[in-house]
Amino acid sequence: MSTDVKTIPQMEQTAPNGVKLPIYMDNHATTPMDPRVLEEMLPYFMEKFGNAASRNHSFGWAGEEGVETARERIAKLIGATTKEIIFTSGATESDNLAIKGVAEMYKEKGNHIITAVTEHKAVLDTCKRLEKYGYRVTYLPVQKDGLVDLEDLKRAMDAKTILVTIMFANNEIGVLQPVAEIGKLCHERGVIFHTDATQAVGKVPIDVNKLNIDLMSISAHKMYGPKGVGALYVRRKNPRVQISAIIDGGGHERGMRSGTLNVAGIVGLGKACAIASEEMAKEACHLAGMRNRLRDRIMSRLDEVYINGSWDHRLPGNLNISFAYVEGESLLMGINDIAVSSGSACTSATLEPSYVLKALGTGDDLAHSSIRFGIGRFNTEAEIDYVADRVVETVSRLRELSPLYEMAKEGVDLKSVKWAAE
Amino acid sequence: MSYSDKVIDHYNNPRNVGSMDKGSSEVGTGLVGAPECGDVMKLQIKVNPQTSIIEDAKFKTFGCGSAIASSSLATEWVKGKTVEEALAIKNTEIVKELSLPPVKIHCSVLAEDAIRAAIHDWKKKQETAKPVAVAAQ
Repeated sequence: MSTDVKTIPQMEQTAPNGVKLPIYMDNHATTPMDPRVLEEMLPYFMEKFGNAASRNHSFGWAGEEGVETARERIAKLIGATTKEIIFTSGATESDNLAIKGVAEMYKEKGNHIITAVTEHKAVLDTCKRLEKYGYRVTYLPVQKDGLVDLEDLKRAMDAKTILVTIMFANNEIGVLQPVAEIGKLCHERGVIFHTDATQAVGKVPIDVNKLNIDLMSISAHKMYGPKGVGALYVRRKNPRVQISAIIDGGGHERGMRSGTLNVAGIVGLGKACAIASEEMAKEACHLAGMRNRLRDRIMSRLDEVYINGSWDHRLPGNLNISFAYVEGESLLMGINDIAVSSGSACTSATLEPSYVLKALGTGDDLAHSSIRFGIGRFNTEAEIDYVADRVVETVSRLRELSPLYEMAKEGVDLKSVKWAAE
Repeated sequence: MSYSDKVIDHYNNPRNVGSMDKGSSEVGTGLVGAPECGDVMKLQIKVNPQTSIIEDAKFKTFGCGSAIASSSLATEWVKGKTVEEALAIKNTEIVKELSLPPVKIHCSVLAEDAIRAAIHDWKKKQETAKPVAVAAQ
């Protein structure tokens, strides 16, 4: 790229009402670390640097103690036991380990896997790879609200089905799948149930026993912990689930995941879970309140704004909306002091609009117009108001610039226009 | 995504935004792109029939910042040119002027298409308008 190209300069550093700019409202991508998490991690870099696998000296014991405390905290948050928690490098690895691990371990029993089209790429691409190795994968469609139809799931299950992998909460639209019902269906038929709960752990209550979850992927950095660490819950009884390792080596984590443990990161994940156990209920109410305020302040002032995905089955901090007749990337450019994401093709590496929104039956035009707001622990009401004002102002300005808005206002049915595409 | 200063300037201060009467015989309208593709440009020119000089140009664009900038720049460039001169504008010149990255080249192509479509529409109007003009004399 030529030298006269540069990133958009950030605007002034403060706005009215003491709002500090830029505002981070992309908490589904990652979250800032909670200072309490950092504080707990710090000793594990210098003083307590020992390898948790060193069994015969105090340095190792200190590391091991940190790891085991973390394991207890994670187990407590999800209703599991400590022996069911396997540490990994993050949810992508957890998804790979769960799906490939089951595929390998149960290949004598069957070769069929069921997932859904709106899953994260860590699940979809893992399933696609398994298809190359002879596994059969059913990709369930979703309904208009983003939820899997349980009847579709029932119909897809057959004698060869070994695994169902359906996410807990979607990373784009925040929609919560009927995990309890899916878990029940799976257990009635002796099928293993994995859920990628990256976006859900610490945000909504999860009890792996009540929900009949057999394998669950967890990530630290989506819940105010550090990046590069996650976990996989692996059920030990009723039924006992076994998985083949995908990383071989020193036999750490009960042989399921070799490699020296990221002690400081694991301690951080543990602390993040401990905080969530304490504060989740209150925080969820607060986040939903701010999310609803943002929705109301936008929707009361703009017409033709559409919420993507179910409103009732949704993470408290998620708002995904399409602003008809305005393209997402140009909207992001107009609110460049606010960090959010768009489902527009122009913002993706593939130049395709969001496959999740397309799966809901949202037209490509509305997918291009979508913005995901991810409200998190450190956002304030003043920020919500600022964001709403900036969005309304920018959408209004871009609609004045939009030939589609003009045509729609003239009563032209945009669907009937014969577009001369490039 | 990084943008050049010129793209940012056109995005923040788009030139010649608006619409002209598409029924007028002096106005040519080009509407290119598709909502499904994330880009639609409407570019209009007002041409002096005596001189063939484009006296005014307006645009409206649904699209990313680069699409808005490309069409804004296109209106600036066609103004004051004759129709034939305007047809000679190449998308590569727009790419160069705005320092568009490779993934945004299609925005410049669309802007060139919009100019051509507007001129084509104007020319068509002149052909159908001719007999009327003769009759009026």
